[in-house]
Amino acid sequence: MAFEAVIGLEVHAQLSTRSKIFCACSAAFGASPNENTCPVCTGMPGVLPVLNRRAVEYTIRTAIATSSTVQRRSVFARKNYFYPDLPKAYQISQYELPIALGGHIDIETGNGPKRIGITRIHMEEDAGKLVHEGEFAGAQASLADLNRCSVPLMEIVSEPDMRTPEEGGAYLRRLHDILVYLGVCDGNMEEGSFRCDANVSVRPAGQESFGTKAELKNMNSFRNVEKALEYEIRRQIERIEDGGKVVQETRLWDANAGVTVAMRRKEEAHDYRYFPDPDLLPLIVDESWVEELRKTIPELPAEKIARLERQYGIPRYDAGILAADRALADFFEASAAIYGGNPKTTANECVHWKDAVFSGALSPETIAHAVEDRERGTISATASKKLVELVLSTGKPFRTLRDEQGLTQVSDASALDVIVEKILAASPKEVESYRGGKVGLLSFFVGQVMRESRGKANPKVVQEVLKRKLG
Amino acid sequence: MANVPVHEWTLLEAARKVREKEISSRELTGALLSRIESLDPKVHAYITVLPEAAMAQAAACDEEQAKGTVRGPLHGVPVGLKDIFCTRGVRTTCGSGILGNFEPPYDACVTGKVLAAGAVLLGKHNMDEFAMGSSTETSRFGPTRNPWDLSRIPGGSSGGTAAAVAAAMCFAGVGTDTGGSIRQPASLCGVVGVKPTYGRVSRYGMIAFASSLDQAGPIARTVADAAALLGWIAGYDRRDSTCVDTPVPDYLAAVQRPVKGLRVGLPKEYYEGDGLSREVRAAVEKALKALTDQGAAVVEVSLPHTSFALSTYYLIAPAEASSNLARYDGVRYGYRAGGATGLIEMMSRTRAEGFGEEVKRRIMIGTYALSAGYYDAFYGKAQKVRTLIRADFARAFEAADVLLTPTAPTPAFRLGEKTGDPLTMYLSDIYTIPCNLAGIPGISVPCGLSGSGLPIGAQLLSNHFREETLFTAAGAIERVLPWPRVAPLEG
Repeated sequence: MAFEAVIGLEVHAQLSTRSKIFCACSAAFGASPNENTCPVCTGMPGVLPVLNRRAVEYTIRTAIATSSTVQRRSVFARKNYFYPDLPKAYQISQYELPIALGGHIDIETGNGPKRIGITRIHMEEDAGKLVHEGEFAGAQASLADLNRCSVPLMEIVSEPDMRTPEEGGAYLRRLHDILVYLGVCDGNMEEGSFRCDANVSVRPAGQESFGTKAELKNMNSFRNVEKALEYEIRRQIERIEDGGKVVQETRLWDANAGVTVAMRRKEEAHDYRYFPDPDLLPLIVDESWVEELRKTIPELPAEKIARLERQYGIPRYDAGILAADRALADFFEASAAIYGGNPKTTANECVHWKDAVFSGALSPETIAHAVEDRERGTISATASKKLVELVLSTGKPFRTLRDEQGLTQVSDASALDVIVEKILAASPKEVESYRGGKVGLLSFFVGQVMRESRGKANPKVVQEVLKRKLG
Repeated sequence: MANVPVHEWTLLEAARKVREKEISSRELTGALLSRIESLDPKVHAYITVLPEAAMAQAAACDEEQAKGTVRGPLHGVPVGLKDIFCTRGVRTTCGSGILGNFEPPYDACVTGKVLAAGAVLLGKHNMDEFAMGSSTETSRFGPTRNPWDLSRIPGGSSGGTAAAVAAAMCFAGVGTDTGGSIRQPASLCGVVGVKPTYGRVSRYGMIAFASSLDQAGPIARTVADAAALLGWIAGYDRRDSTCVDTPVPDYLAAVQRPVKGLRVGLPKEYYEGDGLSREVRAAVEKALKALTDQGAAVVEVSLPHTSFALSTYYLIAPAEASSNLARYDGVRYGYRAGGATGLIEMMSRTRAEGFGEEVKRRIMIGTYALSAGYYDAFYGKAQKVRTLIRADFARAFEAADVLLTPTAPTPAFRLGEKTGDPLTMYLSDIYTIPCNLAGIPGISVPCGLSGSGLPIGAQLLSNHFREETLFTAAGAIERVLPWPRVAPLEG
């Protein structure tokens, strides 16, 4: 029997606001334990949350960018449970009435473009973390670091619209790129700024109703999400084929072992006793606020890919690589604006040097000059690479280095004529053989001319001159 | 006035006399501290008295005044605060064992405003644990006694504040009112207590019981004192999202306004039940007469959902409390049970030992009301009834400017009389609870004594942010009905 997987993804993205969602503490990563805390985020008696306006703006912008409908009225609720990393013993989160509903994003798949629905987007606060003193097994105490408490999060829940791990990966990457484009999330998966849980089930191909789902957690890279989905889909199919049943449960991805492991059964789940938080008023978002924020939405990845393809005539694949990062695409466009030429060459160069682009070590001029000089035949490909490396190590301008290093090549055919004549005159036997049909000797002549010019001759022009003289 | 003892001065008199240098803050503070020293062992209105800190504050006030600076309208005047308001560096217990050792690193908004007005803090007043109670008997630190009759309770939960004000162990205090916790003890102790509109006074740093109902307000011996004090603690505070940004009127000016033409509504449901004692009814009728004699008009109004108020309150308040009190888990501050071998055991033993019976009862009721499968039937339905109760008042205020009712069905009862039967205890708040559910302001003003010499209060209710109307009506009652002001308690 053929099976089909059904995948839905829940993404927790940390909003890159300076302060936390309900107090003025810094939301920055990496402070020493409990440095970024105050009475509000540590749940002292009598203190009250005050909503961070910027966090709301970031979420609204995300809603706009994913074609979701911003709700005029949304409500913060309390999710009650006891845990030492949760100082108030409840998490403030949006539950019944989230800030946005019903959006979508378009992804690229092997079978063309596909639209993935977004069920809802809501805002919530993060919890702290526990550090176990000594080895976990023999720990004598647990220490609570509350720096992350009340760091603003946005949860984006997809519809169960994905059918393969690749689609899951494509959705995540596209969503990730959108958030980073918007500047609402730094997208750092290692630091936990962009986290993903997956709901996955399988069903016989053609069946309408869903199978029993498992929830996958603990996947901290795109690749791990895809691998975990692959593993879990295979596991569920095998289980059904063996006559068993899939159990509704949470499973953790073990990246080292490459397997998912059951964590806890849904039946044992907490009763979170959600109710509207009486300390916060319902969040009212006027249409005018949404319209104002709509104007701040930059060109998003899908639009950018289409435009780069159209405007520069580069392949869609290349446009996709450039657009995966706004900084890289901007760099490409800046380079292409300085020197038009063949944008495909510029795109290749930008991708080749992208680490230097991201670190800020390279200017668009360098790439533009490198491409221009090569296309004009002023320098060779080898010299171009060497010169960019020199730019990076010395910080000097590309063309200054080119002239200092004497790496310009001779592309002037009349200047090369003299050398070619000299070489041909010195090798009468080879000239005769060539003319007799041994055309493979052309490279011998090219090599001789290159040596005579001490590497400065443009090999392409040399070939042309030789062919003409020998022809 | 010269022969009136210092402690019997009103808050405004004391403030004026310090300002006019008739008395120093040190003398004034010293007089009240010695009164506390002699009387509080009997009354037990204070959980914490701050003799050194208060005298140091008073000395600082005197010094500053000598240099020509005055902190504010309460410069050098000693007051007290219910032990529910966080005070930086001063133990704040909320009447509970679980916060028995808690010293907040911050001041509540109310604390800050009282100190900014120049007041000297004498100490922290006793209260029912986490403000859950109507008699101050659930305090972990022992009950407060009614200064009018030490065998009786002072009401609650702000019983310590009401008793301290009635016994002249401070010039005024600030309490909190979730279902009557300012007005009921004010009534039982013969003082004036105001529950302002929800959102009028910031809740920041005021330890939460039921967040959608809690509101801070003044307790004082005169309507004018209460009006002035409310003016100093009210106002917008961006740290409380439910605090309303609307100007604070001159409440003191409202006290002297005439009541001629004022429409006084009598909600018939409040006078129908057989729980209302004859003496209280008679006293409230005297208050009504005081108003009509001065030209007020009487209208009968109906609040048809009144009978659902108590059960609505006892779902909403415990539900919110069960969540608000979950943070007391022994992890970060407050009491932590010793000897536990694991996390769950530490948390459950901390809570089992730290909380008292009434608090545990309400946490359980609230947890149940919010639990899966019961939410709609309990909490959800209670919220709908709350909307109906609010609508009742909105309709009543179309016909009346102010409603006059009893504050409590009976005068003060005896210690231990109702502790065995929580439901009977809950009934003592039957007239005060609807006001909190509707978020409107209310005041209790003394209107007579029972046959056995116990104070009786009349409650006035007005529409949202119409505290001025309350002060006008209460002022009119106070002008006509002579009142001893300070409880006849031997020093």
